Amino acid sequence: MLEVRGLSKHFGGVRAVDGIDFAIRAGEVFGLIGPNGSGKSTTVNLVCGLYQPTNGEILFEGNDIAAVPTHRRLSLGLARTFQNIRLFANLTVWENLWMAENAPSHRAEAGFLRRWVGGRGNARHRIAEALEFSGLAHRADDLAGSLAFGEQRRLELARALAAKPKLLLLDEPAAGMNAEEIAQLDERIRALQQQGYTILLIEHHMELVMAVTDRVCVLNFGRKIAEGTPAEVQANSAVREAYLGTAN
Amino acid sequence: MDFYYSLAQIIGFHTLLGLSAYIVLQTGQVSLAQAGFFAIGAYVAGMLTVLAGWHLVPAMLVAGIAAALMACLVGFPALRVRGLMLVIATLAFGEAVRIFFFNFDYQIAKGGVQIGPLGGEGFRQIRWFNEHGWTSLQVMLFVWAVVIIVAGALWWSDRSRFGAVLRAVGEDEVAAQSVGINLTAVKVTAMTIGGFIAGLGGSIYAHYTTHIEHLNFNVLLATFAIAYPILGGLRSVFGTIVAVIFVQGFLVEGLRFLGDWRNLLFGALIVLAMNLRPNGLIDAATAQRLARLLGRDQIGREQFGREKRRA
Repeated sequence: MLEVRGLSKHFGGVRAVDGIDFAIRAGEVFGLIGPNGSGKSTTVNLVCGLYQPTNGEILFEGNDIAAVPTHRRLSLGLARTFQNIRLFANLTVWENLWMAENAPSHRAEAGFLRRWVGGRGNARHRIAEALEFSGLAHRADDLAGSLAFGEQRRLELARALAAKPKLLLLDEPAAGMNAEEIAQLDERIRALQQQGYTILLIEHHMELVMAVTDRVCVLNFGRKIAEGTPAEVQANSAVREAYLGTAN
Repeated sequence: MDFYYSLAQIIGFHTLLGLSAYIVLQTGQVSLAQAGFFAIGAYVAGMLTVLAGWHLVPAMLVAGIAAALMACLVGFPALRVRGLMLVIATLAFGEAVRIFFFNFDYQIAKGGVQIGPLGGEGFRQIRWFNEHGWTSLQVMLFVWAVVIIVAGALWWSDRSRFGAVLRAVGEDEVAAQSVGINLTAVKVTAMTIGGFIAGLGGSIYAHYTTHIEHLNFNVLLATFAIAYPILGGLRSVFGTIVAVIFVQGFLVEGLRFLGDWRNLLFGALIVLAMNLRPNGLIDAATAQRLARLLGRDQIGREQFGREKRRA
């Protein structure tokens, strides 16, 4: 589904991402882990187009998407959440979800005028479902900025889902969550995989990563140091060194 | 009574000016070019009614379209820069328009008199209302009919996907891009619509005052243009209207008896208003409370009702 070949991003002399390769198969939950500053978020920003790669290719369903502007990548089927929540704080919860309704099928369903200046009718049913899934139905008319932290995280996920993506990029969705919320997130990710989503999960919370992912890629200083099933990666000595330091 | 009709007309075209900045500000862009679009509208409409002998309404539409085209052209390069740089770029554009009209001569002889814009002398005899025997009451009603149409259209847009997209871009450009919103298209569209509204306002202004000159369209006017929506709040067109009435009706006219002290109080009151209502007189939370009070704008109302019944 998504294939990254020799991907690099240099900021001046800093090689934030330095020639990494990985391929995500349709239907799997793929983990991207690594210590702080290892280039995980940069990789996501490259995939969704916020940064232009210095080198390398990003293939989505076989097509190089390097030249596709960020706002078009959503309609290709790439949606994301942000590590540091980026909601439209002064829009209501409902409107936040409405904004993400930009998939080709959404665009096709109403004429230009009806879509842009018409009522909210078309979206009502779908957004009600998204609200139900994320447990935010009772807050539909509240401003997103007034939600509690956990609710904001759930809304971010719901907003990404509202775009009907094929590949979902989750950038540290568990950051700042308590154990109970992480358990809920775990369930949600599994449910999404059941529904047929492919997921790229970036996460520091190892328990979660090891529990929900099918395969994991480990980055350190912008390079890939390991890839494999959670069990393989956990057994890998290079990974242990990167996280814990060398024995001597 | 004529005084109040005249004041209502002033409030009317200032409201249009404020609304033209309102739609641009919703996308998070601070534009000081609105006075420039206002000037283009004033000159174009004046020339069409005086020199070409057009009826006012088509002249206004053409003036609005001319200002909108200019806004669209300015929009593309200007919106590539952000924040303070955009303020400077649009300020420069506004001044360029003013200097253009300072040097703009286009006079023709009509009935033995030379009429038309004459550089620093300005453009006199824009007397369409007088010549067609409109009373000031009629002019006032006409001005407010235009204001209501424009404000109504913007009020509607605030409720539509279009308006929400404008606000989303103003909130967070990165998030807007990643939910599939084309930033350039949205910003340039907002700028173009803003230009059209400013052009309409300018064309009314020219016919209200009958004599325009470049100095009418200086930085002060551009500042007023953005001050109205900022003071009024970016969540509702009513905020801008309230702010114009507050500034033009109360601060400028109502405090005239204070003489020179007026300007001092003027500044102090704006500072006070900004401190008491940092997000404008009608901010997002107030707008929502008002909507709830009126029992309208319940977005997920049906579903909401279901929830409540279940509970």
